[in-house]
Amino acid sequence: MSALLQIKNIETYYGLVYALRGVSLNIEQGSITTILGNNGAGKTTILNSIAGLIDDQPEKGEIWFDGKKINGMKTVKIIGMGIGYAPEGRQIFNELTVKENLEMGAYSRSNRKEISDDIDKMFRYFPVLEERSKQLAGTLSGGEQQMLAISRALMSRPKMLMLDEPSLGLSPILVKEIFGIIKTINEDGVTILLVEQNANMALSIAHYGYILENGRFVTSGSSEKLRENDDVKEFYLGLKSETSVKGYQRYKRKKRWN
Amino acid sequence: MTGQLIISGLTIGSIYAMLALAMSIIYKASEIPNFAQGDMGMISTYIAYMILVVHGWPFWMAFAGAMIFAVILGFLFEFLFIRRAKEPNILNLIIVTLGFQLFLYGMTGWRWGSDQRRLGMPFSETDTINVGGVVISHLGVATILTSIIIMVMLWFFLSRTKLGLAMKAVQQNPMAAEINGIPKDRILGISFAISSVIGAMAGMMIAPITTLDPNMMWDPLMKGFAAAVLGGMTSLPGAIIGGYLLGIIENLFGFYVSLEFKSVVAFLIIVLVLVFKPAGILGHHYVRKV
Repeated sequence: MSALLQIKNIETYYGLVYALRGVSLNIEQGSITTILGNNGAGKTTILNSIAGLIDDQPEKGEIWFDGKKINGMKTVKIIGMGIGYAPEGRQIFNELTVKENLEMGAYSRSNRKEISDDIDKMFRYFPVLEERSKQLAGTLSGGEQQMLAISRALMSRPKMLMLDEPSLGLSPILVKEIFGIIKTINEDGVTILLVEQNANMALSIAHYGYILENGRFVTSGSSEKLRENDDVKEFYLGLKSETSVKGYQRYKRKKRWN
Repeated sequence: MTGQLIISGLTIGSIYAMLALAMSIIYKASEIPNFAQGDMGMISTYIAYMILVVHGWPFWMAFAGAMIFAVILGFLFEFLFIRRAKEPNILNLIIVTLGFQLFLYGMTGWRWGSDQRRLGMPFSETDTINVGGVVISHLGVATILTSIIIMVMLWFFLSRTKLGLAMKAVQQNPMAAEINGIPKDRILGISFAISSVIGAMAGMMIAPITTLDPNMMWDPLMKGFAAAVLGGMTSLPGAIIGGYLLGIIENLFGFYVSLEFKSVVAFLIIVLVLVFKPAGILGHHYVRKV
């Protein structure tokens, strides 16, 4: 296995905010890699930096995808190299129908037959979208919109799919369903970069995980290893390592990260 | 008499509708009210005048020449000025459009002078047809038909072609368009080119009614803008209906109430819309919930 995406020590500023403070990351071809972290840790910033959505950023460092340096390239070019992105908050086209949304996902492709085959493939992943195919996307429920956002990102036949909090605001059953399909998509050959707050779900399907705090990775490793890590258990999985006699913990564990 | 007033209102309303449509397309795509729209149409009309009158070539060549010029002008305006703005905000971009309007106005005055000229069209202003007692000139018929043809073509483009769909996608969510590989700058350029063509059509239809001079588009543009606001600014059908309505109301007002204040009607309508239905007749108005 070789690294499909390589991030080498990038630093990104949002205006005056120093959001990423030296982040390095390797994503193996065919793997599911997850980035976990709290609000404001910089998870979305990593994805936006990869997609080239932040003007003139990253300030320092390099991003390599599929053997080419992509930082500094235009978003449209980066996407064209084989990156699919289902961003935070879904960002679907509200006033286009479900089918039109999917067609827009395939904007850079021209073979009508293949596009319509791929739309059918998306309907196999998410049968509910087929029922809604003529409906305006803005009228879908949150879960359906998330499914549409993922399918739309897949319509360009990406080598790597970036998902930003697909579980946000969804019921536990729906989250389970969507994560099941993410796994299937991965088994069909798409490398996945998954950003999540729901550490439990994310580590259950991921091969590798990275923990991001305040713009730096504090620890990383295979998901089995992370699940065994005491700090991850305490702060991300919500498992208490020690209980006091009275049944509640009076102090916060100090993070050690190793 | 009322029927006659409505028909002639419809004729001028077609021109307002075209300009409203042109402004709405750009507004939808970029939230900029393009105040250079009128003079972009005006200078394209001068190109038609050059080909038709100065060189004496046939009308279809003048028409094609003006349209090609309008496309190039639209692309250039977006490429040279709008796209250059770093971290643009709407106010700055409005100033850019006003600056471009002044530039075109000055250019026209320098090249052709401010004389009032006549653009000869193949449709007569004096020959009329009579439909059930209502009289309408050939030019009037041509104007109304032009506006309808533009609408049908635009509808077809936006709802039946991939490029049209991409234009709607960019209008709705530029960031999402970009991450789906839709080149949003190029799409915005196309929006400017299309509305430039529609503005040029309006210019060519209005030149024979008034005269061809550098000031000819200012009044119709303001009316077209009013019509677009009346229609909701982001709704293309709204802009069309707004244009026709404004033309008719204005004409009826001029006959029954006061000819002197005819032009004020447009602004009276804007005020009424802002008070009673801020989103316009067909616009969406998202009320922010706290």
